[in-house]
Amino acid sequence: MTTYYSKDHEWIAVDGDVATVGITDYAQSQLGDVVYVELPDTGKALKQGDEAAVVESVKAASEVYAPIDGEVIETNAALVDSPANVNEDPEGGAWFVKLKIADKGQLAGLMDAASYKAYVETL
Amino acid sequence: MGTTDSHAADAADLKRTPLYDLHVELGARMVPFAGYDMPVQYPTGIMTEHQHTRAAAGLFDVSHMGQAWLIGPDHETTARALEALVPSSMVELGRGKQRYTVLLNADGGIVDDLMVTRPVAAADDGRLFLVVNASRKDVDYPLIRAALPANVRLELIEDRALIAVQGPEAVAAVAAHAPKAAELAFMTADWMDFDGIRCHVSRSGYTGEDGVEMSVPADKAEAITRALLADERVKPIGLGARDSLRLEAGLCLYGHDLDETTSPVEGDITFILQKRRREEGGFPGAARIRRELADGPARKRVGLRLDGRAPAREGAEIKVPGGDTVGIVTSGGFGPTASVPVAMGYVAAAHAAPGTKLALVVRGKELEATVVEMPIVPHRYVRAARA
Repeated sequence: MTTYYSKDHEWIAVDGDVATVGITDYAQSQLGDVVYVELPDTGKALKQGDEAAVVESVKAASEVYAPIDGEVIETNAALVDSPANVNEDPEGGAWFVKLKIADKGQLAGLMDAASYKAYVETL
Repeated sequence: MGTTDSHAADAADLKRTPLYDLHVELGARMVPFAGYDMPVQYPTGIMTEHQHTRAAAGLFDVSHMGQAWLIGPDHETTARALEALVPSSMVELGRGKQRYTVLLNADGGIVDDLMVTRPVAAADDGRLFLVVNASRKDVDYPLIRAALPANVRLELIEDRALIAVQGPEAVAAVAAHAPKAAELAFMTADWMDFDGIRCHVSRSGYTGEDGVEMSVPADKAEAITRALLADERVKPIGLGARDSLRLEAGLCLYGHDLDETTSPVEGDITFILQKRRREEGGFPGAARIRRELADGPARKRVGLRLDGRAPAREGAEIKVPGGDTVGIVTSGGFGPTASVPVAMGYVAAAHAAPGTKLALVVRGKELEATVVEMPIVPHRYVRAARA
């Protein structure tokens, strides 16, 4: 399984033709306390850059974007009941959606862990 | 991930309070607010800061707010000069007493909300201490100056910081350094020594909790803050939690819940109009305000509790469920103490009664909400000083 990162601070773990999408630890630290998560319906076809989920912190609403094209095949319903998991385990249990990858070629446009780390240090 | 909460202002243009270096040292995330580089939160986060303030004591740097003296030959003259701009009674304000009021425009719209304090010493008669919003200083000061008679002047206070300490343990924590603080009743003020530093302390604040605001010498602000933070009951609190605390307490934020189109009657702060002023008028926009007092306003500020878990933010439309738009949210978010999303906004008067079921439109969906009595979290002001 390989993990890629977007400039919008999503991570995407690829296993065969399924991609699990979440937000990075940097993203959750910027958001602050997450109090609400809104997930898409399964079966929804997303284009790269589409809104895949919404996270609300005490302060503001933020969108989680689809890092690649794909169909939503599963959502993490546990986040709806425990939105604070996004702060506690952003790059583990607090994933948002699983996508059936439409175009593996798009992965080449994303960053690996080292590149993402270097990118965050520039912010 | 993308957020609508961006801060694009040029940091170089931002002013700093005397506590700026301490905020940075404490790990605050600094954001532009009303022209100042201010702490929005410290490392523990808004939720923890909010809950700490309600449980113990939170320390807020509010030095960005404007402090000024209104100075005339005697109390009556100065008070009448201010009464020409505000709808509250200032002549009857007792020594050492403090009052919340608003500056009005000619249409009865609110130019700013402010705190007015009459000093306790007879020797200071003729002086009133004003605290105005940072974002409105540039509007308020010229407006006040233009309206003053020749024998009353406005003198800005540039060499003092303002520190708020709020929460059930706040007064005890301050009184450990300034024992006289424990003797103040809600909405009274006095001069006192804090570890030997002369400070003007009022028992007031803007969180719904007991507490004080301390006007302190700018060059002593850091020492005073460090002395307070050495007390484990006191934690530094940023603007993020200040916003959630005041929202739960039903307190208005200027530029959001109050603006130049809003009257005090629409804003549901008619308690600022004492009997004599209601009867006599003589303040800007008196015709509109007295008409609204008599007939009721067309729209009114209400508190809202959302039935679900998704918060509604400023700008969300308020509708009759499945029907017409009847208002707009002016402040909204998650209430850490209420433990549910809460909001305030303006609705047509017919929909303002507590218990009314309304819908707030968020991302195209109607969220169920109920009009509730404000404050949503009860105030815990201490009306009389503890013995």
